[in-house]
Amino acid sequence: MSAAPITPVAQKENRFAVFAARFFENKIAAGALVVLISIILLAVLAPWITPQNPYDLGQVDIMDGRMKPGEEAFAGYTFWLGSDGAGRDLYSAILYGLRISLMVGVFSGLIALVIGTAVGLIAAYAGGRTETLIMRLVDLQLSFPAVLVALMLVAAMGKGVDKIIIALVTVQWAYYARTVRGNALSERKKEYVEAAKNLGLSSSRILFGHIMPNCLSPLIVVATIQTAHAIALEATLSFLGIGLPQTEPSLGILISNGFEYMMSGKYWISVYPGLALLITVFSINLVGDQLRDVLNPRLNK
Amino acid sequence: MKRQIVAAAVMSTLLTGAAFADDLTIGLSTEPTSIDPHYHNLTPNSSFSRHIFDTLIGQNEVQALVPGLATSWKPLNDTTWELKLREGVKFHDGTDFNADDVLFSFERAPNVPNSPSSFGAYAKGKVFKKIDDYTIHIETPGPSPLVPNEISQISIVSDSIKDTATTADFNSGKAAIGTGPYKYKEYVPGDHIEITANPDYWGDKATWDNVTFKPISSGPSRIAALFAGDVDLISGVPTSDIENIKRTAGDRFGVWQGSSNRVIYLHLDQFRENSPFVKANDGSDIKNPLMDQRVRKALSKSIRREAIVQRVMEGVAIPAGQLLPDGFFGVSDKLKVEPYDLDGAKALLDEAGYGDGFQLTVHGPNDRYINDAKIAEALGQMFTRLGIKTSVETMPRSVYFKRASAGAEGLPEFSLILVGWGAGSGEASSPLKSLIHTYDKAHGFGSSNRGRYSNPEIDAMIEEALSTVDDTKRQELLAKATEMAIEDLAIIPLHFQVNTWASKKGLKYLPRTDEFTLAMGVSKE
Amino acid sequence: MLAFLIRRLGQSALVVALMATIVFFGVNVVGDPVDMLVAPDADQAERARVIADFGLDKPVIEQFGYFVKGALQGDLGKSFIFGEPATKLILERLPATMELAIVALLIALIFGIPLGVYAGIKPNSMGSRAIMAMSIFGFSLPTFWVGIMLIMLFAVQLGWLPATGRGDTASFLGIQSSIFTLDGLSHLALPAFNLALLKMSLVIRLSRAGTREVMQQDYIKFAKAKGLSFGHIVRVHLMKNIMIPVVTVLGLEFGSLIAFSVVTESIFAWPGMGKLLIDAILQLDRPIIVAYLMIIVVLFVTINLIVDILYSALDPRVALSEKNS
Repeated sequence: MSAAPITPVAQKENRFAVFAARFFENKIAAGALVVLISIILLAVLAPWITPQNPYDLGQVDIMDGRMKPGEEAFAGYTFWLGSDGAGRDLYSAILYGLRISLMVGVFSGLIALVIGTAVGLIAAYAGGRTETLIMRLVDLQLSFPAVLVALMLVAAMGKGVDKIIIALVTVQWAYYARTVRGNALSERKKEYVEAAKNLGLSSSRILFGHIMPNCLSPLIVVATIQTAHAIALEATLSFLGIGLPQTEPSLGILISNGFEYMMSGKYWISVYPGLALLITVFSINLVGDQLRDVLNPRLNK
Repeated sequence: MKRQIVAAAVMSTLLTGAAFADDLTIGLSTEPTSIDPHYHNLTPNSSFSRHIFDTLIGQNEVQALVPGLATSWKPLNDTTWELKLREGVKFHDGTDFNADDVLFSFERAPNVPNSPSSFGAYAKGKVFKKIDDYTIHIETPGPSPLVPNEISQISIVSDSIKDTATTADFNSGKAAIGTGPYKYKEYVPGDHIEITANPDYWGDKATWDNVTFKPISSGPSRIAALFAGDVDLISGVPTSDIENIKRTAGDRFGVWQGSSNRVIYLHLDQFRENSPFVKANDGSDIKNPLMDQRVRKALSKSIRREAIVQRVMEGVAIPAGQLLPDGFFGVSDKLKVEPYDLDGAKALLDEAGYGDGFQLTVHGPNDRYINDAKIAEALGQMFTRLGIKTSVETMPRSVYFKRASAGAEGLPEFSLILVGWGAGSGEASSPLKSLIHTYDKAHGFGSSNRGRYSNPEIDAMIEEALSTVDDTKRQELLAKATEMAIEDLAIIPLHFQVNTWASKKGLKYLPRTDEFTLAMGVSKE
Repeated sequence: MLAFLIRRLGQSALVVALMATIVFFGVNVVGDPVDMLVAPDADQAERARVIADFGLDKPVIEQFGYFVKGALQGDLGKSFIFGEPATKLILERLPATMELAIVALLIALIFGIPLGVYAGIKPNSMGSRAIMAMSIFGFSLPTFWVGIMLIMLFAVQLGWLPATGRGDTASFLGIQSSIFTLDGLSHLALPAFNLALLKMSLVIRLSRAGTREVMQQDYIKFAKAKGLSFGHIVRVHLMKNIMIPVVTVLGLEFGSLIAFSVVTESIFAWPGMGKLLIDAILQLDRPIIVAYLMIIVVLFVTINLIVDILYSALDPRVALSEKNS
């Protein structure tokens, strides 16, 4: 109504537009984002756009096993990417596998994000001994290679989606905690926090209402990269035989199942899921990289 | 070829150098856990032991008994066996072999400290008596026809190592003194084991001067090692590669196959009125349908064994209709492989009152048998087509076997499981005793009867066979017991595994049913 | 300095104890090693013997008591499968893993630093964009996948290098290693390169970031103004400054190289301790799992300590005692 140029909403839109414009400056990153969104869409829409439900044993027939790309299934459709040893259509299996891999990556990322953010904020706000203790724990956690921690946890807990997610959360939360704490510390010194304190706002209100939103952009960067990490880590664990169960394969399982066919010329069983994994992780990383560049004020000059 | 000519030339001038020797490198799928032949009763260990150590009685490639350090064996009466030992045999350290070594070996074998799986079962109940240096009597508490099979499992070590015979001493080579065709040279766990020919061997001279075993557990890596020329022979060729080697690289590599003594089969819960993984279609409890012979028959009929063999096993298996493949002692010649008959199966299911099917979970390991997880999946597909809502769950053997044999409350946890059984003794009493006989902890029967099938009539027949020394009569009893068990579907046999080795061109391997990989079986073409 | 060391060692001991406890109880509730060990045709009596022999019939707490008692005397238990002390088995295989990790680290540095510096000096050139894309590619590729591809290409197709295993070893200055023989190096090439790929990407990114930052500093501008040659500036001023973050991070990442060697070792049948761990996990050889973890934690703690000390040596501004805050 008024002609005031800086209503909060307009400012937000404005900021987002600037952000988007800067993000799309890099054509490679823009392409990666498009690819990533398509991958997510494909995964979400999998049940409607695949000829076969690879998890329904009634639809999978071993007589269709190890078909070359382009051969036809008994049920009539074509195996565009070939079929695996159990007779799963690889195109369908890859999309369903993507769902699981993305789900594992995103869920573990989200949970780790929540835990890590909370811990990081608490550390930053509490200071003193609490902070030292928490950050020591974070340092320790970070000094252990993720793959080893996950390996140990899965060895101790057994297989399963839930266990993989727990293992991934355990190895990831510290990254978030460190990032949040670092940012929160610098935010805490800023005037608006002082102002809020003087206004008598409660600490939790200041913490979650004011400091946290300002830590978001580095968090987004960490989150994208950690999601890619999580997906790759799950694949590695599955390859080592201690990841997810076999019958509802993630991308990692598809690759590792196909791995045994590598030397026998049936490249497609492992190569196509491998490519899917590669493209997914690669595009997430590219997007994350560009996000970092755009959101990092130090390189903006 | 060139190398051999050079070698011959050099040898004729008596200048044999190691570089020109006939060396063999073998890539093993599983590594022995020790050099000590009495430490771990495990196929890779026994297989390796045969190079350095001999047994009193040997098993040939089809597990028939052949003279080893004993030249003859015969029952004197129902409870005594007499063995004549080979004379003039020398251990690698130059000492003579005689009855004392036998006594020492059989005393040591069941009592190795920290043994994860001892040879005790083979030595149990036997009293060894030295009659003279080259005659031994073995006395047993009751009639015991399997004495020759059992003693064929135990390696003979020298009694000169009495004081130092710890497992570590075997691993370091200090105590690894046998009478076998090869001698210990070097052992680097995880990396390689090297042995060298024993020039004074009493039997056929070793073909190879030096043999190196390299453990390469990953299948594709093992194949790659063969292709790259790192190794000359590999064991456990993945089924997915066999066709490919034959088709595209047949001029450079050879494939050697033979049926094994391992049957892959299904055990079904036949002791619980309410089986934990069988439910009505709506998920509620039902009376365990697997108790009904018709349901079991229907399941068996719905299995396309030929398809499993062709598609999952890529032709590298033999459809099974009983517990051991043809040619083994105690198999029945009446039993045939159950043909695939979906309509017949559906009719049987209908007749049993389960025309609408039920829910069933098939459990199986995913790292134990050849293609185990895929077989389980294929079964899931086939049972689903029969109208049974089937799900499949596979897990690593480290978790699977515990739950399959003694899960919650110490009872088998699953309803229908995929398992395998290798008959180490090479005859039918082995699976009958452990899989079919009623579970009986006190007498050691039915130790792997995870379906808890129980039939007193079959039990009696198995027990009678186990105390019948007369071969013909025992053969009949074993065959009859097998027939009754299969007709009643105590288990559902699927297929027999086929063992495969691959070698570079110019080498030949004699396939063995016991899955042993022996340098003695490798010859030049 | 001393107080710092003592405190760090104290903390480390606590961590080792904590991790050991968690893993001990963790692995002791999963599966049943007896089923992994005894022959399938073993009767019930034999099973009972094995259970008693390994003390598995006792309550977990009691087993833990024995473990702690042994551990305090330096005995981490005997492997169920090999019957030998777990520590001995792991330490026997430590050299193979260490040489793999060290060579991988060197490869990562030799390729990574020049590429990263180039990308940092000319951030907008095509070459540098390609390098950065490749580096993202490098850590997007799953290690195991690259491993088999390397074998397929260099061992099977081209036949240049052996596919698996460790080569001959030789002794030099008292160290037994396969890097001193030609055969050993040829066996080492593929697995080390495979392992190096991940870290190479990291080195590229670190040195690029470092270069970009350093190049904007006043003293570089000053050096340029003074007319020093560009090569000199890069070699002397730039390298000195980017080495700090590279050394620090790589010190920490060395641990992860050792951990990731689990994957590389399984593919290349490399007789290191990672392979031992995977086999132990698959076969439930509990003493090995726990001992591996304890040894590796000690190793990491030591590495971290060395890195911290090195860091303060390289950069005097960092005082050791303040690193904890």
